[in-house]
Amino acid sequence: MMEAFDILTTASLWAAVLRIATPLIFGVLGALLCERAGVLNLGIEGIMTMGAMVGWLTVFLGADLWTGLAVAALSGALMGLLHAFLTVPLALSQHVSGLGITLFASSLSYYLYRLIVEVGDLPPTIAPFRPLAIPFLSDIPFLGPVLFAQTAPTYLALAAVAVLAYVLNRTPVGLAIRMTGENPHAVEAQGLDPIAIRIGAVVAGSALMAVGGAFLTMAAFNSFFPQMVQGRGWICIALVVFASWRPGKALLGALLFAFFDAYQLRLQNVVEDVPYQLFLMAPYLLSILALILVARRAQVPEALMAPYRRGER
Amino acid sequence: MRLERRAHVPLGLAAIAPLAAIAAAMVLAAGLIAMAGVSPLTAYGEMLRGAFGSRLSVTETLTRATPLILTGLAAAVAFRSRLWNIGGEGQFYVGALVTAWAGHFLLAGLPPVIGMALLMAGGMAAGAALLAGPAFLRLRFGVDEVVTTLLLNFVVILFVGLMIEGPLRDPLAFGWPQSVPVDGALRLPDLVPRSRLHVGFVVAIAAAGVVWLILARTVFGAEARAAGFNARAAAFAGVSLPRTIMGVALLSGALAGLAGAIEVMGVTGNVTTTLSPGFGYSGIVVAMLAALHPAGVVAAALFVATIFVGADGMARATGVPSFIADVIMAMSLLTMLVALLFTTYRIRR
Repeated sequence: MMEAFDILTTASLWAAVLRIATPLIFGVLGALLCERAGVLNLGIEGIMTMGAMVGWLTVFLGADLWTGLAVAALSGALMGLLHAFLTVPLALSQHVSGLGITLFASSLSYYLYRLIVEVGDLPPTIAPFRPLAIPFLSDIPFLGPVLFAQTAPTYLALAAVAVLAYVLNRTPVGLAIRMTGENPHAVEAQGLDPIAIRIGAVVAGSALMAVGGAFLTMAAFNSFFPQMVQGRGWICIALVVFASWRPGKALLGALLFAFFDAYQLRLQNVVEDVPYQLFLMAPYLLSILALILVARRAQVPEALMAPYRRGER
Repeated sequence: MRLERRAHVPLGLAAIAPLAAIAAAMVLAAGLIAMAGVSPLTAYGEMLRGAFGSRLSVTETLTRATPLILTGLAAAVAFRSRLWNIGGEGQFYVGALVTAWAGHFLLAGLPPVIGMALLMAGGMAAGAALLAGPAFLRLRFGVDEVVTTLLLNFVVILFVGLMIEGPLRDPLAFGWPQSVPVDGALRLPDLVPRSRLHVGFVVAIAAAGVVWLILARTVFGAEARAAGFNARAAAFAGVSLPRTIMGVALLSGALAGLAGAIEVMGVTGNVTTTLSPGFGYSGIVVAMLAALHPAGVVAAALFVATIFVGADGMARATGVPSFIADVIMAMSLLTMLVALLFTTYRIRR
């Protein structure tokens, strides 16, 4: 029992929390951006898979890591453009289109991977992002290794939270995005184009999701394999609700979730006679529990999933 | 130019839409096949041969279509009432797991016909119970069922792993994680000798007929339809929305659970964590290609099964990765969505 408690005081646990949270932070920010503009993007699971594959493949074929990350973002943006085209101007079902994008993006990723990469017994690897120790700060006991010896994409994720929170809440662009998610007719009355704003938000959000997926193959692991996203995309969709569509709370939700994930991984080694599957189930069950707790108080964007057609009430 | 909703969908157009969608998906996928250095015509030829080239391949295709018909019906029933059941995969697995358990420990020794009927009923009950949870959470707390059903899929797969490594482990499998087998007398008889095609195929077709009857000829069916078309108007007309949605959920979950039960009783005899190559998710594509109509589900399931069985043959013959089947399926879902736009709307100048 003491051992289970002792884990909580190790720096490696808390460093792992930030690491595990990174793909979730990108994913949840991307989903949040789409939804604040009024579009549910269930393509997230596939877009993260695509980002994971494309980012890895770009580096595998000789490019550097940052180029890989950028190409991954581009692939996500393209998938987002497809989802936006189907759901915004064509006003098709956001649920079905999103699921279609997930099936399409993931199957296309597996197909292209199999086509381009010779797979032997072990999947081929790349040299991933290494932890970047920030001088002096990383020498602080405990806090140093936790906060200041992460990989570059983790710092990027934390910065993205601040940037998105600022853009959404403090800039005219952010106001337009939020208004499009609440009342697109009012946006139109202001002389802005709600359709263009929604497309832009979905494209940008999907790029963020793909970067989250790319973290998996380019920092957390160093190879790509099928089913590696493991429902992280769906968890992000749940976290957006948990966070009441706010970037700050989204960061909190991702960290909380990552904490449970990191803790259960370590607990598996300490607690014996409990099947490991029970530990692995916990994150998914916790997500459902979180949804139940906040569902009643959730401040859903008023026009989420409501298609906008010009001149129609 | 603007879009105008059609008052009535012409039957011809409704029949052409999925064919056009599939054709478009095949043309798009041809580009990917060409990337593999294989002529798309050769590849599609091999695909047809793989799915229909021999007596064995035809029976394989029908065997593969069996669970797809049922998971397709599960998705169609739910989607018609705007209940977004994406948990077909999980419901399939709980149905399979309960079948393996009951078929080994509980019902072995019963007269086969009664035992088989009870096993199917058990699988249906398990699937229905699994979807009842998310349906309750939506009705009681307003929790979106898309996310809960999706997340439960992962929980269920882990639970299956837990059971087949623990209480339901087959002691005769030499450490290989698989469940105890269903009693031999309760296995579904073969439909065609020396093939894997079993009586479950007939059950699946019958299920499509029953679902059609329920949806088209009963009060519940009319209420379920109304709930999907305009929930507020339905409530105003006196339809109890919670009761209807819960009924739809039980029916949908039961169909997916039945798929799992039949797959175990007819094909594998036991449960592993790789029992389903995504039958639950493919069911959604089947339902959409069928425009959510039960008769269409049978045809669409045959199409999807053809692609998957055919792609295996094609991969062996040409070296094109068999993942192309998943790509074609996903693309036909997206093109079908666009095709539906043309059946429900017309362009006016």
